[in-house]
Amino acid sequence: MRSSIQAATFHAATRRELLLGSGVLFAWAFVPRLARAEGRDPRFLTIVLRGGLDGLAAVAPVGDPDWVSLRGNNALTLEGQKPGLPLDGFFALNPAMPNVHRLYQEGHATIVHAVATPYRERSHFDGQDMLESGLPKPGAVDSGWLNRALAELEPSRDAIASGRKGFAVGPITPLVVRGAAPVLSWTPPRLQPVSDETTLRVLDLYRHTDPAFAQGLEEGLGAAGIAKAGGISDKRPDQPVIPGGGIEQVRAYFAEAAGAAAKFLAAPEGPRVGALAFDGWDTHVQEGAVTGRLADLLGALDGAIAAIKTNMGEAWNETVVTLVTEFGRTARINGNAGTDHGTATVALLAGGALKGGRVIADWPGVKEADLYEKRDLKATTDLRAVLKGLLRDHLRVDERALTADIFPGSDVIAPMGGLLA
Amino acid sequence: MTLDSRRAALALHRFGFGPMLGSTSGSIAAIASDPQAALLAELEAPKAGQIVNPNLPTSGAENRTLFEFQYARQAQMALERRRREAAQTAAAENPGTGNAMAMEEKPAEAAQPAQPDQMLPPRKIFLDEAGARIRAAANANIGFVERLVWFWSNHFCVSADDTYMAGAYEREAIRPHVLGHFVDMLQAAEGHPAMLEYLNNDQSIGPNSDEGIIRNRGLNENLAREILELHTLGVRTVYTQADVTTFAKVITGWTILRTRDDPDHGGEFVFNPRMHEPGEQTLIGKTYPSGGVQQGRRVLADLARHPATARHIATKLARHFIADEPPPALIDRLTFRFFESEGDLKEVAKALVTAPEAWAAERAKIKRPSEWLVATRRAIGRPGNIPPMVGQQAQLGEPLWRPPAPNGFSDDTAAWLPGLKLRLQAANAFALVVAGDFEPRELLDVTLGPLATEETRLAMARAESKVQALTLLVMAPEFQRR
Repeated sequence: MRSSIQAATFHAATRRELLLGSGVLFAWAFVPRLARAEGRDPRFLTIVLRGGLDGLAAVAPVGDPDWVSLRGNNALTLEGQKPGLPLDGFFALNPAMPNVHRLYQEGHATIVHAVATPYRERSHFDGQDMLESGLPKPGAVDSGWLNRALAELEPSRDAIASGRKGFAVGPITPLVVRGAAPVLSWTPPRLQPVSDETTLRVLDLYRHTDPAFAQGLEEGLGAAGIAKAGGISDKRPDQPVIPGGGIEQVRAYFAEAAGAAAKFLAAPEGPRVGALAFDGWDTHVQEGAVTGRLADLLGALDGAIAAIKTNMGEAWNETVVTLVTEFGRTARINGNAGTDHGTATVALLAGGALKGGRVIADWPGVKEADLYEKRDLKATTDLRAVLKGLLRDHLRVDERALTADIFPGSDVIAPMGGLLA
Repeated sequence: MTLDSRRAALALHRFGFGPMLGSTSGSIAAIASDPQAALLAELEAPKAGQIVNPNLPTSGAENRTLFEFQYARQAQMALERRRREAAQTAAAENPGTGNAMAMEEKPAEAAQPAQPDQMLPPRKIFLDEAGARIRAAANANIGFVERLVWFWSNHFCVSADDTYMAGAYEREAIRPHVLGHFVDMLQAAEGHPAMLEYLNNDQSIGPNSDEGIIRNRGLNENLAREILELHTLGVRTVYTQADVTTFAKVITGWTILRTRDDPDHGGEFVFNPRMHEPGEQTLIGKTYPSGGVQQGRRVLADLARHPATARHIATKLARHFIADEPPPALIDRLTFRFFESEGDLKEVAKALVTAPEAWAAERAKIKRPSEWLVATRRAIGRPGNIPPMVGQQAQLGEPLWRPPAPNGFSDDTAAWLPGLKLRLQAANAFALVVAGDFEPRELLDVTLGPLATEETRLAMARAESKVQALTLLVMAPEFQRR
């Protein structure tokens, strides 16, 4: 009887359970009609990684002769205590991501490298605006590419929208899902914890401006012992106290949110397209790509992808998950053992519908002369090509609409073909 | 006309609830031509400090509603207990059928669980009162008068753990006098049923009164002591233990009409001469002839005009608004004004905002959680949902109308610093919900303007997300200190 109870819980995860308003997963009641007509039932989940993921730390060009000299001791290689997981002989995956590695070997994961949006400045907010809006410029926009794609999918959207008047767009949805198509949302019972990164930045601000506040917060965090042992006054700001225990919360949250998203998308009556966002990738200080903060975060992300595969069940074979970020980071390590805002990075695709097991990259190289403005990995692939390819081939979004409405100004960026099995 | 944005921002944070996004009267720009005049103008606004809401009942009516609710519940429980007992008796006498018969007798409504959407009266009254208070602060122009209301409410605090009337008490005893005379607020507070209940004076009986003799019961010194120690003269000033005991005798008979005895006026103040200690009383060097309720009123009037009271109040006001250790010159100034104006609280408020020390002091105080929560909502121009705000205020260590002791919530900055971690969680939760709708840089300019440090600007500009940027803004020392 236990299994039937589980099944009941599982089937209960329909779009009717999605709520409006504040939420983590955002989805639509629409279904991709053309794909359905072909006998398919595709699922599409977009995960926005806010803060700027270091693509070179996630997927390292271990075969590039300039790689080790670029990053020195911080370079991920195929040697050492935590060797990278080999992908195609040239690239290696961060060892914190064994699940993604397994999916890659099974042909269910694809990495696109040296990829970027058209944004070439280095502001998070503007970068996220462009990543989420799909427009060639940051600034006043009120809809995201995913929402506009949904509107294209569903010709009779007025009928559906009017039948769901209760589903007005909540005021707090992220830009990528905002727009005319009514958005549903769901929040996991566990509120997203304060990230270590945010805690550190608040603490850092206090240390520079308000020692009493710094002490109060440290004591609250239980880090006072560490700070006092090291002597607060001679503590260097680039070696902050990292509050303990935080990553476990982050792991649980990532897995719970992503796993729940998968359950919703897998359910027979559930939504088919959704989005969620994970913060915390802005690793300016003590990046810890192999062992440390970024490795922990990548591990949490790996767990989230595993949870998606598990909870998708059979639907995994019709699933594409795309993980995108607003920009990459500097090719070199900065003075705080971290990286600053950069340009090109990776896009990670996972799902049973992919023709995976490939790293797609027109590799620009990492010699100084090959770097963008002598500092960042150069973008050789436009992220919009990837997204256009997936929307066209997976969800069957009309190709003209892709250029006219969803990614306006992308005429010269052809959809990337052949991503799907 | 020169603009003084820095002083305007200081005025909003130090004397009000912080700048409000989208407000034409509660913004830095709106008062920058003369921040001090804007504060003074708030004191002159019609009905300043009052809550006009005909839906909020009087404390007496609230008390009667709650009494009837509790009484009905008691009756219900008694009925159920009697049925159980009858069923057990029947089962013992007639095995096999007794239970079924007893079940049939049970009225249908008793078997139904309470409607989940029907709030029980205690919670409803509390949230209605809380909503009126929080909205008044969130929607005020600057909020100076509301800050004064909060100050006085904390000075004359009662606890909702001990009385249902905490919210109504603030409306009835504090607000009408917040810009009036101290003596009137004192009389209203000490004679209010909520205070009499909180500090047990409703139970205090003169040993030589008729009730005292017949029931062989006596004094409760609680209220008398706190009036002298906390509300007027101040601890270790001019009174002795003997004065406390004598004063307790003076105010015996100040009690509450029981709803059980008077369904129309239950819960209201009553002077019960049968509980009142007869005879003249001498305290702090003055003899008060017997005179029923007037004896106590006269003592309160004298306490209100005592120089020790003036200094006590001046020090607390300066400590609340300006600094943990206020400049002596400021205390002197406020003491003098209080004394000279015979406790005219509007004049004292004016003296506070026109004192140079009040503007010169560093922003070293930390906003209490309640003030900070309102400030965060004003920063985004949305008053916020009341039940979650009430819940957060409690989580942050300042449960509304539930002070830990009769001396109220601490006005000491150090007391609130360990709570910064909890504030960070609250800030993050707040930012997660609303950050998507705002441009952090714009909020920074609106809410801090010239007070923002370069470090805060830079930290926000470098934030990895809007959520992080907004969290940094409301956690920044410039936002939390005043």
